[in-house]
Amino acid sequence: MKPIQLPDKLLLKNVRLVDAEQNIDQPGSLLIESGVITALNTDADDATVWDLDGAVVCPGFVDMHVHLREPGFEDAETIKSGQKAAAAGGFTAVACMPNTNPALDHAGIVRWIIEEAESFPITVYPIAAITKNRAGLELTEMVELHRAGALAFSDDGGCVENTELMRRALEYSKLTGAPIIDHAEDFKLTGAGSMHESAVSTRLGLPGIPRLSEDIMTVRDVMLAEYTGGKLHLAHVSTKGALEALEDALKRGLPVTGEVSPHHLLLTDKAVESFDTSTKMKPPLREEEDRLALIEGMKRGAFAAIATDHAPHPYETKEVPFDEAAFGIIGLETALGLIWDRFVRTKVISAADMVRLFSNGPRQVLGLPEVSLTAGTPVELTVFHPDEKWVVNAKEFYTKSRNTPFNGWELIGRPWGILKGSMWAGRVTPSFK
Amino acid sequence: MSQDNGKSPALSSRHLLGLEGVPADEITLILDTAEAMKEILDRPIKKVPTLRGVTVVNLFFEDSTRTKLSFELAEKRLSADLINFSKSGSSVAKGETLLDTARNIEAMKVDVVVVRHQHPGVPKFLADRLTSVVVNAGDGSHEHPTQALLDMMTLRQTFGHFKGLRVAIVGDITHSRVVKSNIHGLITMGAEVMLVGPPTLMPRDVESLNVKVSHDIDEAIAWADALNVLRLQLERQKSGFLPSLREYHMTFGVTLERLAKAPKELVILHPGPMNRGVEIESAVADSGASVILEQVTNGVAVRMAVLMLLSAPEGIL
Repeated sequence: MKPIQLPDKLLLKNVRLVDAEQNIDQPGSLLIESGVITALNTDADDATVWDLDGAVVCPGFVDMHVHLREPGFEDAETIKSGQKAAAAGGFTAVACMPNTNPALDHAGIVRWIIEEAESFPITVYPIAAITKNRAGLELTEMVELHRAGALAFSDDGGCVENTELMRRALEYSKLTGAPIIDHAEDFKLTGAGSMHESAVSTRLGLPGIPRLSEDIMTVRDVMLAEYTGGKLHLAHVSTKGALEALEDALKRGLPVTGEVSPHHLLLTDKAVESFDTSTKMKPPLREEEDRLALIEGMKRGAFAAIATDHAPHPYETKEVPFDEAAFGIIGLETALGLIWDRFVRTKVISAADMVRLFSNGPRQVLGLPEVSLTAGTPVELTVFHPDEKWVVNAKEFYTKSRNTPFNGWELIGRPWGILKGSMWAGRVTPSFK
Repeated sequence: MSQDNGKSPALSSRHLLGLEGVPADEITLILDTAEAMKEILDRPIKKVPTLRGVTVVNLFFEDSTRTKLSFELAEKRLSADLINFSKSGSSVAKGETLLDTARNIEAMKVDVVVVRHQHPGVPKFLADRLTSVVVNAGDGSHEHPTQALLDMMTLRQTFGHFKGLRVAIVGDITHSRVVKSNIHGLITMGAEVMLVGPPTLMPRDVESLNVKVSHDIDEAIAWADALNVLRLQLERQKSGFLPSLREYHMTFGVTLERLAKAPKELVILHPGPMNRGVEIESAVADSGASVILEQVTNGVAVRMAVLMLLSAPEGIL
């Protein structure tokens, strides 16, 4: 995938403009000049024209929870391959988690990632570790990390088990204004668990991860956020209990936000019956009652963001018995199509709701300026076609890994790519006239 | 035996991965076939040529004595060629992956893979990827279908039927593959199953398998026609599931004293190996109520039946 330089003055014609902030969802056109939106619904005779055939143009999507694996695990993903996958999935930016090797616990690594990402139009926002080497023992130098460009802190994949240290993390991070992103998991309760603990795990004989593992840490950390006033963002909420804790916190006005992943909205522990290791991730696929609760929560606005937890793994760590397989699934290239087809087309949420959950919702959590379809706004736009039919085929993906349970799903609504500044990057090659 | 023109297989699945989903008529067919095989075991020359030319590999990734011996014997009685592969542990870290091991063995042109593995789902993993017939000889805490079949064969010999038969299974339900296969098989055949054990060793939502659950061994003894006593892994104490083996024996141990209170004499099964003095008192294991050694004999017959039904060359059945 090669990024393409846009003409200086480009009219995006025949588009569907969707912008939650302005509450618009209408056909129209968009004029962009030298990387800035200059007019809506206009005819500019001297502009190059790209007829988008009814594609949606909306504020650029941010996947605030991805694993780019570099440095350390380049056989699973690199910053560049992750950026390409993001572009193909319609994301203008991603926030990458610090469970690399070495971990993102030093300003130098944060700067290196940002620089490494500059050669491609997808912005990468590093999330630095909460504790040094994600070991849960000592806080990282959060102020310096934040100055270097880290937008949030997380020990994702791990959880700060020491409650006192988590309290200090929420307190100290206030110096930066950046949120602590919480992978809420009690590892003692998880034990050797490899799937959700339920009737299905009992039948399959797989060791279970109880809801409690997520619920107890979520409740603990919400209490800590309340006590300290530190910003807490709950990653990949997967249980009805964690959702309740999140909504209760929101109701009480606490500095707490949450995200949900497409796979937890669409799949349950039943999917594990095949022993397919692409259904193995943390938190695990829960039960139908959790899935339905998450959908209701999404409808009520409980979540600030949909985030994929894109977790690439090479073939060798997934083509093994379920218990031995790595946790994690890829998500960048399926998220948009899944949410559009299964929740927007079915009118569970509106197009504008989806756009907010993918764009300005996560931007707000990360403290980034919002993007809107208004004149004067720098170009950071997602383009997808709402009616394009496709079949998920991981072999065609830009990510280096193939671990998705959605292979073979027939979807309507497909990402084309993104516009960022004066560049285009995506699956589709634009036809300028 | 059900077959059309000698072509369609006797069982609806090519493999035996578990008893979940195996229909009643096929379980009956396996048990009937096993009875015929048992007759062979009583002959002076205990061998038939049924699987001549069929190659079986016993792929044991986990220690096993009796299951492995039982399969080997079954294969020999049927004149199959057999090779053995044993390897404890597994995994990427130790070099060759499971899939590579299996593909290499298959490249040697085997027809049947009998697999024992510490992880659930490995037999299915192999069945999905190899062309051989796969027989599950125990996968983690998932299933152990031939063990359940031999338990059922033993029960049928004693009681003559399954309908309404009450079987209580006692012990570590969570970590037992034997339990799950027994539940599927017995429920399919119309028996009633009660699981008995401490709450720490009772898996989540196990009632969903249409079984009763009890934490009272005396209640189970009063209710049951037969008691299947599971081996209690000694490491369960160390990992915190139990305070002590002593207390386990006090609370769940099957003793003559407890059995004496039952309204009728119970039949006692045990999949072995036994921890005498822990889950079962020696006096019980060696009593007339115990059918433990019949189980072992039946094990060979059941495995012969399974191998024959799954892999006999066309026209033999």
